[in-house]
Amino acid sequence: MIKEKYLHAGLLVFGVLAPFLFPNYTVQISLLWIMILFALTWDTLGGQMGYNSLGNIVFFGVGMYISAIVQIGVVYDVALYTSPDGAALTGNFAPAQYYTGLALGILAAAVGCVILAVLFSQVFFGLRGPYFAIGTLGLALAAGELVGAWDYVGGGGGIALPVFPSDPKSQGIFFYYLCLVSALATYVFLRWLYNTRFGLAINAIRDDEEKAEAMGIHTKRHKTAAWCTSAFFLGISGALFGNMTGFIEPLEVAFPTITFGIFMVAMALLGGKGTLWGPILGAIVFHLIKEVTWTYLLGWQWIALGTLIIINVVYFQQGILGWARDKWPDLFGLTVDEAMSSGSEKRGSS
Amino acid sequence: MWDNIMVLAAAPVFNVQLILDGLFIGAIFALAGYGLALVWGVMNVKNLAQGELVIMGGYFAYVMTQLGLHPLLALIPAFAIMFGFGWLVYKIIISKVIERDLFTSLLATFGLALVIQQGLNLAFGPEVQTAQSGMEIRSIFGGNVTVADIRVLSLILCAILAGLVVLFMKHSRMGQAIRATSQDPRAARVMGIDTEKVYAFTFALNAAICGAAGVLISMIWVIQPFYGVPHSIRAFVVVTAAGLGNLPGVIIAALGLGVAEQYSGFVLGAEFQQATVVMLLIFVLMWRQFQMSKNRQVVQ
Repeated sequence: MIKEKYLHAGLLVFGVLAPFLFPNYTVQISLLWIMILFALTWDTLGGQMGYNSLGNIVFFGVGMYISAIVQIGVVYDVALYTSPDGAALTGNFAPAQYYTGLALGILAAAVGCVILAVLFSQVFFGLRGPYFAIGTLGLALAAGELVGAWDYVGGGGGIALPVFPSDPKSQGIFFYYLCLVSALATYVFLRWLYNTRFGLAINAIRDDEEKAEAMGIHTKRHKTAAWCTSAFFLGISGALFGNMTGFIEPLEVAFPTITFGIFMVAMALLGGKGTLWGPILGAIVFHLIKEVTWTYLLGWQWIALGTLIIINVVYFQQGILGWARDKWPDLFGLTVDEAMSSGSEKRGSS
Repeated sequence: MWDNIMVLAAAPVFNVQLILDGLFIGAIFALAGYGLALVWGVMNVKNLAQGELVIMGGYFAYVMTQLGLHPLLALIPAFAIMFGFGWLVYKIIISKVIERDLFTSLLATFGLALVIQQGLNLAFGPEVQTAQSGMEIRSIFGGNVTVADIRVLSLILCAILAGLVVLFMKHSRMGQAIRATSQDPRAARVMGIDTEKVYAFTFALNAAICGAAGVLISMIWVIQPFYGVPHSIRAFVVVTAAGLGNLPGVIIAALGLGVAEQYSGFVLGAEFQQATVVMLLIFVLMWRQFQMSKNRQVVQ
């Protein structure tokens, strides 16, 4: 009998108070919000629209790099900064320069990713089903390789981002709240979006694209808009993550296809794709399990992750939320009534 | 980049080297590509763990050299054990996803790929390995072009293996059952073919072919636990470019891919060699889409 508003209130209170309640885990909880953002944005395409992308991580990395270039570019020459002589410059940012650069950087990352998403849409939305998944996987892998070969942005050696003009603790809290706000903004926006006509249209594309087109839905425009939504928030998350880490590098940090890139799919599937709360639940469960068990698995963690994906996909495809809905349909009708009955929800399985 | 092209233009003999290397490597890509086309065509499963199966086979040869034996001897155990492994994987994973939508099989095999590469990493460590065959390296064209005997041998073995597989598919009872199932599984079942067994056999055969390809790769090139992903992508490039059930197409596409990779590695620099494979994949997908869009009638 949990009303959705209690869930909202609970998450919000936890989100606001967490850095004070668990000061030692600020970074991990910031990452949790980013994971929630990942799962939600993946689900926009994968769950709601039925286009399973394995390469959404490309926007994360591109956002990170755009933001870095803008942040550095407002003060210094980027090519000089990334050259060996520029190493001394990383700490040379006045607070005003830093915050202006950061604000512009995040904005540019979001806008740049949307533009890129429009361009990619022209190419990739002609691909259907598994071809789309393989094509986007190729996109993410290629992006990592190409950025790694581009010396202007530091190539494979990466860039050290401007140092936060205060102590590390306040940096943690500052970026924690930025992550929180971006995850909440994603949630609020997608919640609204799924309840509009647009949400119904992308659900129709998932269920039968040809029929949707025959019913007069401009499928390509809708698909492009949906990917742009994902790209917008992923670009912001990339900009934030880059600044949290302080050092960015193409293969491990910016375009981590087999870690974050596959985590977002695993989280959305674990929670139950095609639902609003599924990805959030999946992200929380996944992140908790990962953070708690990761260090105790002593090298076996990746095998555990692969096994989890296999089990999840092969034996438990409906996800936690889908399973709960099958098990207790009555209770479910009551718990998340508003979100479930307002038209945007259908079974995520295809 | 222009300098490198100039080198190629000034000394055409380098072209011979690149083309030969490309063909030797491409022949092995053809094996993995053919395996993928087999699985894809018969049971409509897109196996993203293809490259990992190849790398797994490669470690058989590596283990052989560690035991002091010649890596070529690994061909038979690699083929046999990988056959068994493929059968096991089919029973545990693939048989459960075969009826589901295609993304399910893609993701399940991606999970399998993670498990295999990390398992190999735990077992053998992340170092780049090669199985030394100890064979001679010959020079032709006055020393400008080198050809290792092992590469020629591996090309011959590739051809023999591919020929055997084709003969098997054409003439054996099981091969005929596989082809019948790929044409129409339901009709095959009506005719008394145990399609479940055919599927298991097909996947196991694919794993075995990949294992043999891996043994050859480890002798003429390098293996590393995480080098499987480019091999998977290569197999996809080959199959997508050639189409299913088109053996000559697979061979030509694979040889072409091998040569293209060598050229891009030489002209653009070694760091672009991996990127080339991926860009070729995207290019092939786009090209196919362009071909199909000619037939599509847009209402809007």
